Amino acid sequence: MGHEHKLSIFRGFVTFKSNTQKIWGVLIFLSIITGVEVALGIIKPEVLTSNSFLYMKILNWIFIILTLVKAYYIAWDFMHLRDEKSGLRRSVVWTGLFLIGYLSFILLVEGNYIHDIYKEGFIKWEF
Amino acid sequence: MDTKVTNAPTTKVWGGGNDPLQSSYGKMMMWFFILSDALTFSAFLVSYGFSRFKFLESWPIADEVFTHVPFFHGNYPMYYVAFMTFVLIMSSVTMVLAVDAGHKMKQSAVTWYMFLTVIGGGIFVGSQAWEWATFIKGDFGALETTGGRILQFVDAKTGERLALKDFSVHLDSHRVQHKNNNGIWFSSEKALPTFILEEVVAGVKGNDRVLIRTERLSEGGDKTLLSRDETLAKLSSATQVVEGANLIHNEYGNRLFANFFFFITGFHGFHVFTGVLINIIIFLNIALGTYEKRGHYEMVEKVGLYWHFVDLVWVFVFTFFYLV
Repeated sequence: MGHEHKLSIFRGFVTFKSNTQKIWGVLIFLSIITGVEVALGIIKPEVLTSNSFLYMKILNWIFIILTLVKAYYIAWDFMHLRDEKSGLRRSVVWTGLFLIGYLSFILLVEGNYIHDIYKEGFIKWEF
Repeated sequence: MDTKVTNAPTTKVWGGGNDPLQSSYGKMMMWFFILSDALTFSAFLVSYGFSRFKFLESWPIADEVFTHVPFFHGNYPMYYVAFMTFVLIMSSVTMVLAVDAGHKMKQSAVTWYMFLTVIGGGIFVGSQAWEWATFIKGDFGALETTGGRILQFVDAKTGERLALKDFSVHLDSHRVQHKNNNGIWFSSEKALPTFILEEVVAGVKGNDRVLIRTERLSEGGDKTLLSRDETLAKLSSATQVVEGANLIHNEYGNRLFANFFFFITGFHGFHVFTGVLINIIIFLNIALGTYEKRGHYEMVEKVGLYWHFVDLVWVFVFTFFYLV
């Protein structure tokens, strides 16, 4: 309570006159991103699905990056992380990012390993 | 002993008299609850990723499963989920507007925004329930093999999916559902599938345009279509008819797919449901003027954090369950 609101987003590229205006601005931005995601999900452009980067289709990279962008603006502007003390912000965000990143890394690597075992070992699944 | 730390707070240090991060006890605890809840959700989503990586060549394609929009017939992949996402983001916006109005001590504005938030949450939970009902009911039906794999049917001419009722023949069967008034003890069984295995098999054999589609994905990410000869050969491995989905069988493909659908969207839906309940309580408090008397609307901000978190999680569920 009683915090000053920081009214600039995109590193100061857009500055709003009031907090209410900023809320609507962020809504428009999030809606555009969701629209792009849905459009890409329906069209599935050939270029993006047939090429991959670091073992993952470019399209999936785009989805994941856009999701993280959306998550950032929800947390920073709707949940007011932008206005909190950096200590509180970091204790929540860094802890989460580290633990979730670690969990994703080990489980996905493990899943991939089991996949290879299933594929190259003497295991029959399609019968 | 008059040594003094210069930056010590002037108020009482013990018993919660100071706030180190310039945020109240309640708000900080809400943040740490959210952090731990985020770990639970990420465990769910990551185990989904684990299973999907494990069965990379046979995982169901979400676009082909979630194709329904209420009141409309036809194939509309993702439109309804996109609508649900938008509803949730919109109710997040009304919530943040309520918090903003609370800072300005405008009681009637907070009441209205809170009311709209509750309505948005209600629409989302209702949509979720409809989505579940559609998923459980299923629409095409399939056969399951000895190895637990799903065989779906495709029209050889049009390339469209075929439902069991499109080609199955009717055989005189003496199998009737066992009801609890017939047995020697009050036991009963679940409803029988619309068709028995023999009816579906006879239907496939008697109809040249029916082809089987297996779970295996090709290089391009499409399901493998068998030729007519392979289709007839494959029929012998079928053991039962599957219609719709439950925790053991589902007509969409890998069994884990339905399990993850129920657990991830169910756990999220439960959060939305409790969020709506909490929002209603806070709405009543606002309307009764509790926070006006208290002098601040911090309670709205705290439940607001929870509500935004529910939205935040949905953004990830949307991506990892429906898009990727």
